Amino acid sequence: MSKPDGPGFVRRVTGKLGRTSEPQVDEDLWASIQLARHAERPYTLDYINRICSDFEEMHGDRLFGDDPAMVAGFGRFNGRPVAIVGQQKGRDTNERTYRNFGMASPEGYRKSMRVMEIANRLGIPVITLIDTPGAFPGASAEERGQGGAISRSMQLMWRLDVPVVAVVIGEGSSGGALGLGIADKVLMLENSTYSVISPEGASAILWRDASQAKKAAQAFKPTAANCYRWGVADAVVPEPPGGAHTDYDQAAEILGQYLERTLAELEGLTPAERRTARRDRFRRLGPLRDPENGMAMVSGRDTPPPG
Amino acid sequence: MSRVGRNINVSFERLRHLGHRQDRPRRIASDAGTCPKCDSHYSADEMRRNMRVCPACGHHFAVTARERLEQLGEPGGYTELWPELRAADPLQFTDLKPYVERIRDAESSTGMGEAIVCAELEIRHVPCVAAIMDFSFMGGSMGAVVGEKFARACEYAAQKGVPFVVLSSSGGARMQEGTLALMQMAKTVIALDALADARVPVVVILAHPTTGGVWASFASLGDVTYAEPGALIAFSGPRVIEETTREVLPSDFGRAERQLANGQVDAVVDRRELAARIGRVLAILAPPPGQAAQSGGSLQWAQDAAGGVGRAAQSFPEAARKAINKILPSGGDDTEGGE
Repeated sequence: MSKPDGPGFVRRVTGKLGRTSEPQVDEDLWASIQLARHAERPYTLDYINRICSDFEEMHGDRLFGDDPAMVAGFGRFNGRPVAIVGQQKGRDTNERTYRNFGMASPEGYRKSMRVMEIANRLGIPVITLIDTPGAFPGASAEERGQGGAISRSMQLMWRLDVPVVAVVIGEGSSGGALGLGIADKVLMLENSTYSVISPEGASAILWRDASQAKKAAQAFKPTAANCYRWGVADAVVPEPPGGAHTDYDQAAEILGQYLERTLAELEGLTPAERRTARRDRFRRLGPLRDPENGMAMVSGRDTPPPG
Repeated sequence: MSRVGRNINVSFERLRHLGHRQDRPRRIASDAGTCPKCDSHYSADEMRRNMRVCPACGHHFAVTARERLEQLGEPGGYTELWPELRAADPLQFTDLKPYVERIRDAESSTGMGEAIVCAELEIRHVPCVAAIMDFSFMGGSMGAVVGEKFARACEYAAQKGVPFVVLSSSGGARMQEGTLALMQMAKTVIALDALADARVPVVVILAHPTTGGVWASFASLGDVTYAEPGALIAFSGPRVIEETTREVLPSDFGRAERQLANGQVDAVVDRRELAARIGRVLAILAPPPGQAAQSGGSLQWAQDAAGGVGRAAQSFPEAARKAINKILPSGGDDTEGGE
């Protein structure tokens, strides 16, 4: 296939030559991305057990099965009932396999949709905790409609009348993360990431070389601070010094404070106001050039996150 | 070329070998050329006349968005909408090549401004708005412009009260726009509800390939979903699945015919019958022209809908929440119901 001549070859060579003059990888950014996937990082259930005084977990999508990679249920948060859903990763090898590394299958999304529908009917606010390397890429998941499960989950979340808050607590990658991400407010923990694909996946696809993950991360810059600047996140939740894994209790307490403030703010609006704002929030994301208006449509903010 | 001058384009020999050639990877083929399945050769003119379907074996070649519109629409043609929108480079992204350079190359090689063309046209005398994706423009990937044009097309169709026809052919979200490309999935899914609210049908045609973020957003939300024969329809492509799970996949994994058996599409429709098929289903589902525009108003739909929902929600769910607070031991504050 690859002939040693032709424009393709020239491009590849010049591409390689150009690469040497690229700026060095930002080590802080890489460290932050590694923290988002730290083996000791608190996972969804660690937060749920700390911010909820009671939690009743629901199981099964009533269609096919139960997906341990997705946790969904009802709890009591600061006195009010809430529905909480989120991807769950595992600590040790057994648990990791059981939780499928936090990669949810269609059943997982359908379970979470079931819980959100109940919450909507009963007027209970919804909180989602996002922590996944992506939706499960498997033949079985495809057969049961992985794409449709994610799109319908997004559609349902947009249609909810109750307040919806999404929190990226660790790694939020690809459609698997966004499937739980349509919310009135999207919070991101300080060291979490929200990206179209994992750095490893991107490096394999765009650089055709799986070892270029650092370079891919540098290009995507998927940190919480950047997502705030782009308007993808509405607030950045601070973590204890050194990262959330150093002190679970403190990390959960700070998250609880942010959730309380956000929910209180949203509960002051009518369902109609929330839905209009939710739609407009996503409608304006994505800068582009519109020659008729003479300039780029710019979304997002210029200021760094407060605090 | 030795084939020049033959007056039949499929030999018995080739047909006999058909069975052995199924495993060859499908290519997104160029304008004129040779069928990757059966090696039949066609001139550019023949390709166009055959709607880029191999008459010998039924292989479906890739079609550009504008040619699609010609295939689907009436001879009167179509009116393209918002052709002026162009991609920005929010991340100053560079992989092996800067993103701006990739866009420039794609523009000059395809003659298009972006990977989607939106247009107003009539399909078999049914007026509708269409959003047609084109794989030849950066793999049909969905960035901010694709999301924006799609959303505008939804709102436009809702405003006019006409059906919406989507043809997807895309590798997924455009990596070069990073997280903001991912957000286009949300934007398109939400925009589709404008049509639900205007009570007009959405027909989705899945062309080869429809994968990743496009399949996981608007492409899987059609009221009626057709797929072209042999189209790959999957959230994760076969290579990703094989690398991640070490599964050995069947050769027809994710193909349209298989997805029909999986219950993911309504029908596999040959491209030569596509316009007639869409016309037929739209004639059944589309609102009669007189009633169409009564939903009226530009972006009124969402406010109206949300307002209605709001009124309904004011009475019941608050009562329900109070009831729940009674059952579960409450924190005691009585501030719910604060509008």
